[in-house]
Amino acid sequence: MKQKAPLALLLPALLGLVFLVLPLLGLLLRAPWATLGTRLTQPAIRQALLLSLQTATLATVLCLVLGVPLAWMLARVEFPGRRIVRALVMVPLVLPPVVGGVALLLVLGRRGLIGSWLDQTFGITLPFTTAGVVVAEAFVAMPFLVIAVEGALRGADERYEEAAATLGASRWTTFTHVTLPLVAPGVAAGAVLCWARALGEFGATITFAGNFPGRTQTMPLAVYLALETDLDAAIVLSLILLAVSVGILATLREKWVSSP
Amino acid sequence: MLLDAHLIVERGAFRLDLPLSVARGEVVALLGPNGAGKTTAVRALAGLTPLTSGHIRLDGAVLDSASPEQRPIGVVFQDYLLFPHLSVVDNVAFGPRRRGLSRRAAQAAAMAWLHRVGLAELASKRPRELSGGQAQRVALARALVTDPALLLLDEPLSALDARTRIDTRASLLHHLRDHAGATLLVTHDPLDALVLADRFVIIEDGVVVQTGDAASITAHPRTDYIARLVGLNLYRGHASGHSVTLAAGFVLAIAEEQSGDVFVAFPPSAVALFPDQPQGTPRNTWPATIAGVHRHGDYLRIQLDGPIGAAADVTPAAAAQLHLEPGRPVWAAVKASETRAYPA
Repeated sequence: MKQKAPLALLLPALLGLVFLVLPLLGLLLRAPWATLGTRLTQPAIRQALLLSLQTATLATVLCLVLGVPLAWMLARVEFPGRRIVRALVMVPLVLPPVVGGVALLLVLGRRGLIGSWLDQTFGITLPFTTAGVVVAEAFVAMPFLVIAVEGALRGADERYEEAAATLGASRWTTFTHVTLPLVAPGVAAGAVLCWARALGEFGATITFAGNFPGRTQTMPLAVYLALETDLDAAIVLSLILLAVSVGILATLREKWVSSP
Repeated sequence: MLLDAHLIVERGAFRLDLPLSVARGEVVALLGPNGAGKTTAVRALAGLTPLTSGHIRLDGAVLDSASPEQRPIGVVFQDYLLFPHLSVVDNVAFGPRRRGLSRRAAQAAAMAWLHRVGLAELASKRPRELSGGQAQRVALARALVTDPALLLLDEPLSALDARTRIDTRASLLHHLRDHAGATLLVTHDPLDALVLADRFVIIEDGVVVQTGDAASITAHPRTDYIARLVGLNLYRGHASGHSVTLAAGFVLAIAEEQSGDVFVAFPPSAVALFPDQPQGTPRNTWPATIAGVHRHGDYLRIQLDGPIGAAADVTPAAAAQLHLEPGRPVWAAVKASETRAYPA
């Protein structure tokens, strides 16, 4: 349809675009480019960046180990209450992360339902530790992985799995040798989304794991803290996160950004 | 019998009730229209759909509730279902690997089979790089490499174009002859069945309507579907001497004397069409209306409505002369000597 867009739509559309892009542009314009090199090598920034990468990666691994089987159950096994389970899995998506953090504290905190047992039996405490950061990030990011993998599993032709069974493959072998390779692109996309979400996690992390440099202070937390003392540092940290986000978008463009 | 089964599967309103036995080295064709239960039968034998009741005994073992991976059964699926992420040789080696062979031994067995189906040089290709005929042969090799007691072929040629089909059918025949176990061929194509199978089991709506070899089925079809399958017009009626009264009250003259309930069959080529009622010779004649005209080999097949429905084959020249087009009234005629009547 080659028709001129009416002004009443064009104007807000342009405004919307500017609204989305301008802040990012501002970040680039205000960046202390001259001192960027030295700032990037500052131990505080490197520490936060390294911690973020480590915890986001560990959280993604945790999500893969637990989330892929969960997605498989939702996609392949008929069980009563499956719809409710699927809805429950999606809750962290819409839950304010701070609330997630509070909930984690109540369950896994030192006096929490499971936390007290973990503490007394194994001497393990999660809150305000690096492991706690991983737990908080995984809690918030897992739905992204489960949604992506379940979608891929539903899209994959189940009859390949039946063919594998007639060739003597058990359900587990079929899963590892046929199902997983077939949905590998979906799992990869889900893992990347999951990792990106974990990397940017703020609310649940600061609530459940606190803000201790070197231990639980990830990039988003460092940005927030730096904002009050050193604006330029906050901008540099933000730039790094922006670069990572754009990088992820580029990786996933085939799957998510391609026009129909 | 190597396979002795009675498959009973109920799914909603549909019920499959199929007694089935196949001897060692025998190829049985399971024919039927769409929705007759052919695929359900294959799935039940392979263990992909549970039996409601009945039994499956194969090579002395009871498989009623065995899971698919425990059954010594090879399946060639309609669209082959070659694993897209594995090479051709790995696809064929998949079964041997799962049945306990080492990687090296499985690859060797797979290569041997790829040699047998003439595709050894494509071993490292991916399935998407294969033509339809090649994919079919790889699927066959994958199903046979484990030397299954029962081979199930679900419409093995239906995904192929006409030319490839002829070649692939010939090579399939060759491999089926070498297969020591039992083979069940599911198809809706009578030609595939005629070429490949020793015996026919024909099902409609989940039940067996006729069994036998090719000769007995083409000579004496017992349902409309089978009659169409073998290219005959078929009617059921009550015979008395040289005439048969059909359900609609229409009377057909037949050549040989019969009595009681009978089938009457005649080929579409025996039906002659005239613009006016023909006179003279002892014929069955009736007024009809043309319901449809389709190309059928060198002839046009004319579908006729009237007191009895029938198909007639005429040459394109005759069709042009008679202005045969849907809706046109004509007279149809069949000589009594061209009909065949047999007890129902």
